[in-house]
Amino acid sequence: MRLPALALLFIVTGSLSAQAGKTAPAAADTTHKTPPGPGALSLPNADPFPSTYKPFPSKTTLIKNATVFTATGPRITGGSVLLRDGKIVAVGKDIAAPADAVVIDGAGKYVTPGIIDTHSHLGVYSAPGTEANSDGNEATRPSTAYVWAEHSVWPQDPQFPRDLAGGVTTLQVLPGSANLIGGRSAVLKVVPARSVQGMKFPGAKYGLKMACGENPKRVYGNKGGPQTRMGNVAGYREQWIQAEAYRRTWDKYLADPSKGDPPRRDLAMETLAEVLRGNILVQNHCYRADEMMQMIDIAHEFGYKIRSFHHGVEAYKIADVLAKEGISGSLWADWGGFKMEALDGIDANLALLDHAGGRSVVHSDDASGSQRLNQEAAKAMAAGRALGFDLTEEQVVKWLTINAAWTLGLDDKIGSIEVGKNADVVLWTGDPFSVYSRAEKVWIDGAMMYDLNDPAARWRTDFELGFVPAMGGSK
Amino acid sequence: MRNSTRRRSALGIGLGFFLAIAANAQTIAITGGTVLPVSGPKIKNGTVIIKNGKITAVGGPETVVPADAKRIDAAGKWVTPGFINASTETGLVDVGFSGGANESRAQGKDNVAASFQPWLAYNPENVLIPAAREFGITSVVTWPSGGLVAGQGAVMDLAGSSLAEALVKPSVGMAADFESDQSAGVGARAELFAKLAGLLEDTRAYAANKVAYNAARFRTLPYRREDLEAMIPVVTGKIPLVLVVDQANDIVAALTFAKEQKVRVVIYGGAEAWMVADKLAAAKTTVMTGAMNNIPRDFTSLGSRQDNAALLRKAGVNVVMIGNAGGGDESGFNVRNIRFEAGNAVGYGMKWDDALRAVTLGPAELFGVSDRIGALKVGNEGNVVVWDGDPFEFATRAEHVIIRGVEYNTKSRKDLLTERYKTLPPDYTKP
Repeated sequence: MRLPALALLFIVTGSLSAQAGKTAPAAADTTHKTPPGPGALSLPNADPFPSTYKPFPSKTTLIKNATVFTATGPRITGGSVLLRDGKIVAVGKDIAAPADAVVIDGAGKYVTPGIIDTHSHLGVYSAPGTEANSDGNEATRPSTAYVWAEHSVWPQDPQFPRDLAGGVTTLQVLPGSANLIGGRSAVLKVVPARSVQGMKFPGAKYGLKMACGENPKRVYGNKGGPQTRMGNVAGYREQWIQAEAYRRTWDKYLADPSKGDPPRRDLAMETLAEVLRGNILVQNHCYRADEMMQMIDIAHEFGYKIRSFHHGVEAYKIADVLAKEGISGSLWADWGGFKMEALDGIDANLALLDHAGGRSVVHSDDASGSQRLNQEAAKAMAAGRALGFDLTEEQVVKWLTINAAWTLGLDDKIGSIEVGKNADVVLWTGDPFSVYSRAEKVWIDGAMMYDLNDPAARWRTDFELGFVPAMGGSK
Repeated sequence: MRNSTRRRSALGIGLGFFLAIAANAQTIAITGGTVLPVSGPKIKNGTVIIKNGKITAVGGPETVVPADAKRIDAAGKWVTPGFINASTETGLVDVGFSGGANESRAQGKDNVAASFQPWLAYNPENVLIPAAREFGITSVVTWPSGGLVAGQGAVMDLAGSSLAEALVKPSVGMAADFESDQSAGVGARAELFAKLAGLLEDTRAYAANKVAYNAARFRTLPYRREDLEAMIPVVTGKIPLVLVVDQANDIVAALTFAKEQKVRVVIYGGAEAWMVADKLAAAKTTVMTGAMNNIPRDFTSLGSRQDNAALLRKAGVNVVMIGNAGGGDESGFNVRNIRFEAGNAVGYGMKWDDALRAVTLGPAELFGVSDRIGALKVGNEGNVVVWDGDPFEFATRAEHVIIRGVEYNTKSRKDLLTERYKTLPPDYTKP
């Protein structure tokens, strides 16, 4: 007997649409001749859907007397964190409260950086799960590098405020894993907005979703392929061969735009060329160690980097390789065994990758799990300690914060409590690794976006009005 | 565990398995721990004695320890009954999505499979069992899914190497769907209610006219004879109808249905049960729910919230804890995590003792096995766990897991893989 699940995203049960045979989107002729800027080579329009996010109004805030996990340094007991104008301006033991500061007593409480979930489908697989709002997999052809997850994000998905209440401040929303190449991810702040542009993290690089293994071959096995893992690999390589040619053509033109008309644009190739130039980070869904090793060879062949393997239930088998290659592992604490490629999941996966010197990241791929990433980390920490590893809470906090920030290329802005960083901070009712603790207050860019003790101020999406009974407290 | 000698001997012994377990069962004395019997108050510096597979004493430090007992020093530890996960497919499913056994769903006839007893295919060697056991799960209720009536559940101990050994009690409830029109093969909810009512009426008609039915002198009934037969304990109130239902108004409809049909119902899932908690309390109806889902995943569960279980308890409703996070793992590969569900329930306001009860004695009482499992009391099966701390906390490990007096240390497949890959490259001859 089982409860109905929203969507088993790691399995991909969505049916193929009837459009499986259609041709690629028409390439548009380009006339603009803007010179290329750094990290902005998708000419002629590098940023067609620019972020309109503005930090919410904030007050100078001093959290004092708390146990502070900074994610980059040792824990500070009886510590203080000062937030001003959206930034962290002081961290330490004895920080005097400025005259204008709201002072929050954190006695018995804990402070961490805002939690970052590198693997989310909020907004693209929104709740309630309806066919009408099932926008996470463009499962019409095996490679859809031309789609961008942000164009599917529904900002009124009621899962967003619930995620915030779990202490999550930044999300990477990815296309699903039906496709070999699924499209661009969107890096979002977990804030209310009228449009996805209002949630987009300013200056964040895009990610490219790729997927190994069972899902693409199952979805396309009877729809023209790939039908096998060897078909999968051929599919990736074909795309990169095209992308490399496209990049060369465009980069040649960009080197001297005065010499004639620009080449024809191709949305898919624009994205892939940006990966080859290092401007888009590859986020690769892949379970098995042997397949991850093949994906690494493909990356070497075409000269791009894989930023993170997602799910990676067998990351522990190649933890040394992942550490050497500088590929993070966006992993679950204890999911595995639900399908053949997930068979070898172990509880110590995160701990073993960490132990080998790799970057472990606790991810969710699940709207419920995302709200409890701290608990997932706690389970993984226990598994590491059971192996005799001297795994500190300070180290495990990195799995939720700075390592995730690095995975998104944002470790200079978020992921730690350091002076100058964005004031994305969570105050927990107790030790975040205890089952009984809850996020009590959550700040994004210095603005308090969630308060457990102030239900009246709780963010309610448009959808919830009239549909979802108003709830007391944080629930 | 899987060595051929054991297999051969198991085949040789046949139905004598239970004796084999009892023979293995040592006398065990767990002393010095904080004992939480659930059926009684906490005992500090308590002693639990297990003999011939049964609990023979539960008391303070004065309790006499038999000379031949194997002692477990539980000083600083917590001693509880083995945990029960009341919502599982344990022993029926190997690799849920893509391989091996998947024995939890019957074909049925017209969406009814009341006669389905999935535990008959229970595999005591299922790879997930050691993983559940090492997290302190000693018993499960194994259920079928799918259809209007999915079939029957059974209580199993995660012990032994045969069905006969593992089975605590068969046919403890009838799983049915009270909300999914698709599962029921109908077009609308009220049609579902009518279809279920029709099945109960046909069952009564069949039960009252068996002789005529068997002589083909009775009107044709749309359901299989074996399904009607299996429904008799439901209409006589011997076993509950366990109804999958989330939406508040459908839960009220289920209560009305139960009253009109004179059947016992249990609400399973019950996402919006908190909205009708007073009615559930008045009807003395148990809700099986969890504490890890607040997603309005369907239009039937818009009011889903994580303190559902806590609010129900506060209103006096009996709650049995099940996993409800919705990741698809809680009745399958992460059945072992039910203790964290209980911990989260506490985090959302449930009393700690109530949460412990909801994963031990609560399910045992609900499914009629409280004379066997779910509490540390004399005469019960020796299903006992010694924890190195609060069993609901992530950092806590189950140090000793004893089922029917036998301590289990079988390494799970996870453990074996971890051991193999702890240092790289692996040695493929080890472990």
